Parts: sequence; C-alpha cells; structure tokens
Amino acid sequence: MDFQLNEEHLGAQEMVRDFVQKEIGPIIKEQDRKQEMADFILPRMGELGILGINLPVRYGGQGFDYITLGLVCEELEVMDSTLRVVMSVHMGLNSMAILQWGTEEQKQQFLVPQAKGEKVASFGLTEPGAGSDVAGMTSTARKDGDEYVLNGEKMWISLATKSDHALIVARTDNEVDPHEGLSAFIVELDRDGITTGDIHGKMGVRAGSTGWIAMQDVRVPEFNRLGEEGEGFKIAMSCLDNGRYTVGAGATGLIRASLEASINYANDRKAFGREIGKFQLVQQKIAYMVQWYEAARLLYLKAGWLKNQGKRNTKETSLAKWFATDMSFQAASEAIQVHGAYGYSDEYDVERYLRNSKGAVIYEGTSEVHQLMQAGYALGYREDGELRKELPAYDAEYWQAEA
Amino acid sequence: MKIVVAVKQVPDSAAKVSVENGEVSWGDAPLVINPWDEFAVEAALLLTEEHGGDVVAVSLGDEDSKEALKHALAMGCSEAILISDPSLQNADTQAVAHALAAAIQKVGDVDMAVFGKQAIDGDNAVTPVQVARVLGWPALTLTSKISELDADAKTLKVERSIEEGRQIVEGKLPAVMSVVKDFGEPRYPSFMGIRKASKAEIPVWSAADLGADVPAAVVSWPEMSNPQAREVSNEIIEGGSPEEIAATLADKIIEEGVV
Amino acid sequence: MANKVWVFVDQFKGEGHPASWEVVAAGRKLADEVGSGLTALVFGEGVEAVAQTAIHYGADEVLLADGAPLAEFRVEAYASQLAKLAQDDTPDVILFPTTTRARELAGMAAIDLNSGVLPDVIAMDLEGDTIVVTRPVYAGKLLAKSQCAAKPQLITLRARAFGKPEADESRSGEVKSVDVVVDEGTMATQVVDYATSDGQVSLTDASVIVSGGRGTSNRADLEPPADITDEKEQEIWRAQQGFLLIGELAEVLGAAVGASRAAVDAGYIPYTHQVGQTGKVVGPDLYIASGISGAIQHLAGMRTSKVIVAINKDPDAPIFKLARFGVVGDLYDIVPALTAAFKERLDK
Repeated sequence: MDFQLNEEHLGAQEMVRDFVQKEIGPIIKEQDRKQEMADFILPRMGELGILGINLPVRYGGQGFDYITLGLVCEELEVMDSTLRVVMSVHMGLNSMAILQWGTEEQKQQFLVPQAKGEKVASFGLTEPGAGSDVAGMTSTARKDGDEYVLNGEKMWISLATKSDHALIVARTDNEVDPHEGLSAFIVELDRDGITTGDIHGKMGVRAGSTGWIAMQDVRVPEFNRLGEEGEGFKIAMSCLDNGRYTVGAGATGLIRASLEASINYANDRKAFGREIGKFQLVQQKIAYMVQWYEAARLLYLKAGWLKNQGKRNTKETSLAKWFATDMSFQAASEAIQVHGAYGYSDEYDVERYLRNSKGAVIYEGTSEVHQLMQAGYALGYREDGELRKELPAYDAEYWQAEA
Repeated sequence: MKIVVAVKQVPDSAAKVSVENGEVSWGDAPLVINPWDEFAVEAALLLTEEHGGDVVAVSLGDEDSKEALKHALAMGCSEAILISDPSLQNADTQAVAHALAAAIQKVGDVDMAVFGKQAIDGDNAVTPVQVARVLGWPALTLTSKISELDADAKTLKVERSIEEGRQIVEGKLPAVMSVVKDFGEPRYPSFMGIRKASKAEIPVWSAADLGADVPAAVVSWPEMSNPQAREVSNEIIEGGSPEEIAATLADKIIEEGVV
Repeated sequence: MANKVWVFVDQFKGEGHPASWEVVAAGRKLADEVGSGLTALVFGEGVEAVAQTAIHYGADEVLLADGAPLAEFRVEAYASQLAKLAQDDTPDVILFPTTTRARELAGMAAIDLNSGVLPDVIAMDLEGDTIVVTRPVYAGKLLAKSQCAAKPQLITLRARAFGKPEADESRSGEVKSVDVVVDEGTMATQVVDYATSDGQVSLTDASVIVSGGRGTSNRADLEPPADITDEKEQEIWRAQQGFLLIGELAEVLGAAVGASRAAVDAGYIPYTHQVGQTGKVVGPDLYIASGISGAIQHLAGMRTSKVIVAINKDPDAPIFKLARFGVVGDLYDIVPALTAAFKERLDK
C-alpha cells in the first residue's frame, strides 16, 4: 500500500492550481453572473495540455496516468465546476472511450486532435425523454449503404455549442432487446443537418456551456461508428465509468473549496469578541468537511489506481461519484452556514459552490441510481461482465513513448 | 545563445515567517522558486526561443534547492546544476557571487546570465551586479525589455526600469541581466517538462568542482528577530479646520515612512 | 589624514536624490560619534552644485569626480571610480542612499574592495569600530542584525529611516576635484535615452493606494450640470467629483486609485479599481480609505496594508477599527486639504 503521490502527480496538480488561480480566479464570478463560458478557456486548456493529460504521447496526449486525471479534476473544480465539466465530457466520456474502443485509424483521426486540444469533444447520450432510462432513447441511426443517417435530439449536453466532435449514441435496431439495439458514433458537429444551442436559466454551472444537439438526416460514414453495431449501450456504460470518475474527483475538489473558504472565514470573522472558528458548532462543520474531503479523495484515488492497473472499477467509481457529489452539496451548504448572511450573497464564493454542486448529484447517474448499484453489488444482484475491449491499463513506457 | 539563469529556493511569499528560538521558521508553508527568478527563467526561455540556444539553470543551496531547479527544468530549461558545499553554508552575497560566477565560467561559452530582481528572503538585490563584477561583464539590471539583440555581433539594447522612468542602454555580450515583471509573465511548467524534471538527475558541484577561490563571508547576521507588533492605535486626528487636520495627518503619515 | 566616514551622493541629471541628503545627515552624526570628518562623494558631469549642497547638509569635504565618462550613471564606471578613491584613502564606512543606482553601486564596489555590502538598512549601532545594522528581510516580516567584518563597510540606508535632514547654507567645506579614472574605451555599455513611464499605477503594484467608497456621492450641495436630470445619474456625477479629488491626492502620492464594491456596484468607477474579496487583494505601505465604511469583504482585501488611514463622516464606521489614523469628517473637505499638505511636504 502506497499513499504517496509521485513528483509527476504533484507537479501536474500544482501547475493546474496555478493556472486556475491566475487565469480563472479573477474572472469566474463575472462569467457566472453573465452565464457565459469565457472564450479563452478551451483553447487555453488545450494549449496547456490539460485536454490530453492522461492520453498516450503517441496520440498527442501528455502521457500521465489516470490518477493525474483525477487530481487535475479536483484542482479544476476547486476553482469552478464548469472547468471540471470540460474534462468530464472531453476526456472521461469521449476521448477515453475512443482510447478504449476505437480502431487505430479512429484514434489517429479523432483522438489525436482531441488530445492536442485542437478539437473539443462532447458526449450525447441523454435525450429530452431519456435520462437514467438510457434504453428508452429515441434517436435513430439508419444504415444506408456505407453511411448511417442520424435523427433525433440530445439534451443537457455539456459543450454542445463549443465542441467539434460528439460521441452520439443512437438506436440502430428496433427489433432486438433495447440494450442491444444501440450503437455509438463519433459525429463531427459541422456535418449537415446538425444544429446546437445553449440552455439558459440553469441553477448552477453558469460559467459553463450546457445545451442540446438536434440531428436531422445527418449522414455519417460507417468509419465513424465506435465499436460494433449494437455495442452502444456497453460503450455508453463504459464511458460513464470514466465520466463518473472525473465527476467524483471534481466534487472532491468542491468539498475542498468549501472547506478552505470556511476555514478562512472562520479565522477571520469575529463575533461575540472572538473568531467564529472558536465556536464548537462552527468547528463541527469544519470537522465534517475534513472528513468528507479525505474520504471522498481516498475513494476516487482508489478508483484511479484500479484504472491504472487495468482493473474493472464500475463499482468503486460509482461509490466515489455518489459519495463525493452528495457530500459536496452538503459541504457547500454548511460553508454557507459558516459564512452566515455573507454566504447567502454572491460576495463570497460559497453560494456558487452550492449552486454548482447540485448538478453532479443528478447527472451521470443520480444518487438514487448509485444507491441501487451499490445495493445491487452488495446483495449479489449485480455483477460486471467482461467487455470486448477494456480500458487499457496505464503503462508508463507505452504512454510516454513518442510512437 | 547559451544562457545561465540563477534561481533560488525560498519560503513561499504568503508564508507567515517568524523567528522561533532564534531560528527562522515559515511553518508548514512550502519552499518555492523565488518568484522573481521565475521571471528570469521566462526571460531566458523567451530569448532562446527567439535566438536559439539553451538555458542552464543554476542554484546555490542545499539539497532542497533542487526543487527550484526542477521547477526551472519543468518550465523548459534544458539543464540544471546545483552548487552545494558545506563551506558555502553561511555565504554572504559576495561569496555567492564568486561561486555563481565560477559556475558560469565552468558551464562555458555563456552569452548571458539572467537573474531575478532580488530574492524575497534576504532582500539584498545585489547579487546580479556582484556576479557581473566578478565576471567583468556589464550589468544590465532591472531590464523590462530587450529592444534589440544581435547574437552574432554580440550587441544588445535594453530598457531598464529606474526610479525616474525607463532608461535605454546599449551593451555588449556576454552580459549579466536582471529582469523585472514587465519582461513577461512566467509560463507554467509544461506537463512534459514536469515529467522531464521528475526524472532529471541534477549534478551537484562542490566548491572544489568550481575550481575558483570563493572568499570567506565577511557579512554575518548573528541575530534575527520579529519586528515589534504594530499596535493599531486608532489615533483620531482632530483639529480646528480641514487644513489643520490635513497638516497633522500628512506629518504623521510621513513619519511612518510610507510615502 | 583622510576621513573615516564617507557618504555617496546619488544624483540624477544634476539633481541630488532627496534620500542622499538624509544619508549625508546620518553620515554627519556617525562621523561625530567616531570623531572623524565627513567626506561626501559626488560623481557626474557638471555637478559642482550638488557638491555644495552636500556641504550644506553636513559634509566637511567633497570628492568631486566630474567628467564625461561619469555623465550618465553606469554602475561599472561609478564602481571603478569609487573603488579607486576608497583604495587610496581607506575609509571605514561608506554610506549610500537605498536608491536603485546607489544600491547597485555599493554591491559592485564591495567586489572591487573585497568587502561586503549591507543594503536597505533602517538602523545603525556602533560597536567598537564596527557598525551593527538592522535591516528588514523577508519583505519586512523579520529584522536582521547584521555586520560586515571587512572595511570599508558599505551600507545603504533606507529612505526616511534616519530622520529629516536640515540644510545649513552657511556651512562651508572643501570641494576637491579628483581624477576621473574611467576610460570610456573600456566601457561595455552606453546610456542612449530615457523615457518616462506611463502614468497610471496598477493597484497590485502600488505602494500607496487611495480608495473611495459610497461616501464619494454624499455631498448633496454639489449641483450637477443642468442636463443631468436623472437622480441616479446625478448621484454618479457627484461621486465622480469625489473621485476626482481622490485622483488628485493619488497623483501627488504616486498612488493607485481604489474603490469599494459599493462604489463600483453603484457605477461610480469601473470594476478594475475594486479592492476587496471580489476585487483585488492588496497590501500597500499606505492605504487611505475615504468614504468607505469598511464592510468585512473590503477589509479582507486590504487589511495587510502597513498603514491604514480612514476618512469617514460616521465615527462608528468599522474601518476606523483597522485604521492607524482616522479622521472623522467629510472627504470633500479633508482630501483636498491633504493633497495640498502633501504637495507642500513632498515638494511637488
């Protein structure tokens, strides 16, 4: 057992922390207020290599391991959830799926520009009428010669209007079991028949981009199909194993942000002649935040370690995501309580933390879905079968080699 | 161009520094690369990006100083060297200057040695000129911009920030340069750089390796202390007229030595 | 016998830097203590007048190196000149002002003279013939007692740490011209030009900040121009008059202009000026808060300032708790008076 992060982990963590503090910190409140994602963020994250952090150097990535991905997500979300959301969709839900399921040709064509940050990637699974009920989706992909014709609408898609490639899951067969009639496609969003838009009026992640993708007779070459026809559900679920990992790690960062803000305020603010940190009920809140942070961190690091080993981690990732997101909501709420009336105003960051925390309790499996999963594993109702292609274990030599 | 950049490991600028039992303590604050030296590394890298060449980072200190060097490597320096020797334990700025100058000579064929404005621990701000003097090179200190540089003719023209504004100076290479913030915001370490730095074996040069006489320190600082806590005495300035109040207030402010 | 205490007079374009006179005065005191005369060094071209002023401030003699190679300050040339004189006459101590030029000169000369430099000193104590200095280190978080075992001891004195010098124009002394030892042919640098720096001081770099808050609009008797009829716009116009006064004070002090969130949110001044939790966090040497009550979020952004001055009509405003000096009064009265007072004192 080794709890020590290595120099690469620490260096990457520090670099991302430095970046967000210097470049995002000064503008985040304003962006949140304007409900706009700042234009420079995605190109800057690409240029700095964050968008390819854990992809092999041979595919244009930075060659770091899956634990680093988690650490980076934690640092990003300490600043703002919208930054971590970028990693969830671009890396967790899309790029890592191409790494796992894609052919060498697909990796060259799609993964390389994504890893370099030249193309931004998103993930289209959810529909207006199908969230947790994935198999209930109605988007279709009809085979026509060596092309597919896609129709339908995807909803609550992060970076819908900002991304270049989307991994879209659609129904290719109506006859079979709904789980086996789905297929996954890498769709360039500049194809004819695609329209996208942003959704406004969200409670949180206002400095980010959440939108919809509508497809009307969009023709996509067969080359763009990820995995086999009918493998879409399995691919989507494997995507969630990676997306949820980034969400869990990020939510851990949100707990830390609430904790740090509370500590600062408790040391600063005086009431009844002393710092409010001297009061035991404030101390209790701080103590709980420490507990939640440390536990959430151990859970995601363990999931990251399993990924590094190439071991299946659906159960551990689900647990990490469920715990961290629930606790991030609670931590933000307690942080507001510590801040009193000031916490309730946008003078301080904690009200934003609370608004930002709620989304992740819902997406990528609601807390209720994760409870069912965990109970299912415990009671023996649920078991993960082997996949045709697993996420490759982290092999430093392979990852870091030029080709 | 071959550039040497000198970096120092110091307690983080946000650290609560105090004297405890006669020893300087910065609590659990991290040691970091001297913030001014990050500007120096940036300046050196910008120069080699424009004119070609390599940047060698040099630090003087104990084993801990390798962290500052690793930061410089991660930012993009191609080599790093640590100067470490028990005899340099209490080195003053003069001794440091002699040791750094000897290291620059030993690196060989150096066109420029770049420094930060000052180190935020000792706050001496004399090492760049002292190194220049030992080397016999011109000192282009507090440079905010290089407006011309001809690497072949070995001439350059710089803008320096002085109290009265900017001074434009022409000089010859090799030279010592110290830089101020305006030169350019330091880049973050790159991920590839972080990996390179984490794998780097940093050579350690002893005083003997430098092959030069480093004079014994003449400056000592036998006693460090915590400044007396400023009492915020909430002095309310009163007077018969705004002019009278303003006069008293202006005198008191000037007495505090803050304007 | 040559004097044991020397001072270096920093001049720019024939004007002695004010800090130089403090050093001459401090040198005078030290010379009296050790029973020596005081020698001042003046280098430049056509700077005889500066030499006379040095005598007025307390020098007994001036070594004047006047010549073309010294016309512009170049640290290499000045260091050679200074080292030559000090090698010949072996003073025990040379004091310098802590200006950019003189600090570097002291540093470079220390190499030539095989001695050491003690920069930016705030106090000197004589122990035998050694001067034990006090100097702030770690950005003033600590004080170091320090000394130099070699001679001459090269010490630069922090401005305003050694009291205000008094000139006595009746004083007389000898101005000795010395040979300029610098050979232009060996110099590797040329000063070709000067440019003034652009006016505005940035908040985070500023060592002095003058800030305004909601109080800037509190002068009801100020009559806005007739074409401004909207009540809100009249309020903004009034506030801007207040910020004009603040700007004038800032200009005299070479300060940046700050503002509270209340002032920014009310549209009095752009966000770039905001100090506080949601604006810039600053820690200047001097922070003058005028018409700012001191909400906790504003205090969080400026509480590390060394000296805080509060000007506010409300004696119960929380800002006073943090302030070293407070004035209960209208900023419209106090700020212009303060501008005038500083103008007079800072000779601007």
